[in-house]
Amino acid sequence: MLTNPLTKNVTDQNVAADLGRYLENGGYRGWRKAHTMAPDKIIEQVKDGGLRGRGGAGFNTGLKWSFVPRGEGSPEQKFIVCNADEMEPGTFKDRLLMERDPHLLLEGMAIAAYAIGASIGYIFIRGEYHLAAERLENAIAEAREQGFLGSNIFDSKFSLEIFVHRSAGNYICGEETALLNALEGRRAIPRAKPPFPQVSGLWGKPTVVNNVETFCNIPHLIELGVDWYRGLGRGEDAGSKVFGVSGKVNNPGTWELPMGTPIREIIEKHAGGMQDGLELRGFLPGGGSTDFLGPEHLDLPMDYDVIGKAGSRMGTGTIIVLDNQTCPVGLVLNLSQFFARESCGWCTPCRDGLPWVVKILQRIEDGEGLPEDLDLLREQCQRIGPGKTFCALAPGAAEPLQSALKLFEQDFIDHIENHCCPYE
Amino acid sequence: MSSLLEPELIEVMEHSNRDSDKFSGPLTAEEKEEIDREASHYENKSSVGLEALRIVQKHRRWISDDTIQAISNYLDIPVAELESVATYFQLIFRQPVGKEVIYLCKSASCWVMGCDRLQKHITETLAIEPGQTSADGIFTLLETPCLGDCDKAPVLMLGEEMHRNLDESAIDDLIDKKKKYHADKSPD
Ligand SMILES: Cc1cc2nc3c(=O)[nH]c(=O)nc-3n(C[C@H](O)[C@H](O)[C@H](O)COP(=O)(O)O)c2cc1C
Ligand code: SF4
Ligand code: FES
Repeated sequence: MLTNPLTKNVTDQNVAADLGRYLENGGYRGWRKAHTMAPDKIIEQVKDGGLRGRGGAGFNTGLKWSFVPRGEGSPEQKFIVCNADEMEPGTFKDRLLMERDPHLLLEGMAIAAYAIGASIGYIFIRGEYHLAAERLENAIAEAREQGFLGSNIFDSKFSLEIFVHRSAGNYICGEETALLNALEGRRAIPRAKPPFPQVSGLWGKPTVVNNVETFCNIPHLIELGVDWYRGLGRGEDAGSKVFGVSGKVNNPGTWELPMGTPIREIIEKHAGGMQDGLELRGFLPGGGSTDFLGPEHLDLPMDYDVIGKAGSRMGTGTIIVLDNQTCPVGLVLNLSQFFARESCGWCTPCRDGLPWVVKILQRIEDGEGLPEDLDLLREQCQRIGPGKTFCALAPGAAEPLQSALKLFEQDFIDHIENHCCPYE
Repeated sequence: MSSLLEPELIEVMEHSNRDSDKFSGPLTAEEKEEIDREASHYENKSSVGLEALRIVQKHRRWISDDTIQAISNYLDIPVAELESVATYFQLIFRQPVGKEVIYLCKSASCWVMGCDRLQKHITETLAIEPGQTSADGIFTLLETPCLGDCDKAPVLMLGEEMHRNLDESAIDDLIDKKKKYHADKSPD
């Protein structure tokens, strides 16, 4: 039974699986099958499969697709968009998927496009991913030549062109409505929701935006079915996932593992545990905009709702490990600097609040913090929290900060009382 | 990003970038062709503004006022609109940069793995702070958000090339190699 559908074509060599190898390994079978199915059935299968978006929010993918207006009276032009803006600190899974197996992404996008009735797809890729963009463009050319993309695919009326759009920096471009503005050639400022992109997206047309890894799940989910897909997961959630670990572990890297794999297994078995002489202090389970968890959470399975109940988020599933010789205040300062710099500046709590957070954290780290600074930081977390800002960037920035203030409170106090960073 | 370049240096670099006419003024046939190819992917030309800036920057290293005007003329997008995009995106340079841009990752995983130390080393070796260009005009140092290679931290991107699992001596090798390359290349 296939257990690694996302990375089965990934080898030790840094080369992309070309179309020949992709086909040999069963490639484009999902697309062939999907093409004989009614679009409604595809959407239903994706929904029943329980695939949840891998871009961070974990929304049911089939459900998302089902919001696209179809049938009579619906706009003829629709778009499918791949979010390949991967820029969240500590996230390094989409790069791997695009560089090593570009056809898998194209196949997933083709099935999605067919399901929602889109004839144009864009891969919105961050400007720094030169190699991935190049390999995707080569793969698109190969797929067009063999008739998997282009006009009248499989001799039917369905046509699909996929284009690579190279962006030019800025984390906020990954927010799906900011991404749409950027694709339209504007500044990447988020849009008000509703209307949601599924109804009014790119140039006002129905548009589905999914993460790279989300699309990569589609071909096998269609080919091998719901039962197989659900069976991949070890816990509540379905499917497999590319998990990653960075930080001071013995063997940082990425591994495709079942959803629901316990965190301890990922960090200790796959990442080889902490480097000699170091202990695990805490970790961010899914990238820089998730709440810190502590050693007591190591036995939790990587399932969306379980991690949610523990007070954090699965996010992108790439874990950043904090060891006992690295300053937690310094790490939170670094993260806050990132979010402050990446703020698009549209709404005040984020534009002005984040630099303020940075200023306070910097003075604490420099040994010049004041006793009242901790309350000030807690208050800021409220002000930039969910519902107070135009998009989710600022609430994302609040997550590592608010959790660090709880988990590592003594470290903050030590900085302030001893007027220095104890880790230096 | 605020400008840390000396005004005289900007002038020198503007001049050197104008050396052959192709660095300023109207778009070259090659640039136009590349822009047209991208433009064919979109419903209307105005969507291709950012791609055009990126393409032209690839040839000219940075986007001068003249260049913005040239793109504006070609795509029929108002200068102000192009400018609003150009100043928004981090990878579009509205001021001169060196021949080699060093994008040093400063995000969380690289920070845990010691990117601050590397930055200090680069700053000492080349006598430039982030945002500045070395006196010989070869290197510009920029800080960049996560480059998506966090398991190989600390990392940097030099031009379009990733360099991973770095330490000070790897940085020295990289800088020496590039210095030598440019010394061999340009007789001036
Ligand atoms: C500031 C910000 C940055 C984001 N960056 C990304 C990103 O780089 N890649 C991504 O897939 N989703 C990113 N997201 C989430 C997207 O808005 C969106 O939820 C996602 O693309 C949906 O795809 P999915 O349902 O397949 O996960 C970001 C969200 C925010 C608020
Ligand atoms: S929260 Fe920040 S990034 Fe999001 S719209 Fe407001 S200013 Fe922009
Ligand atoms: S944090 Fe440096 S590459 Fe991700």
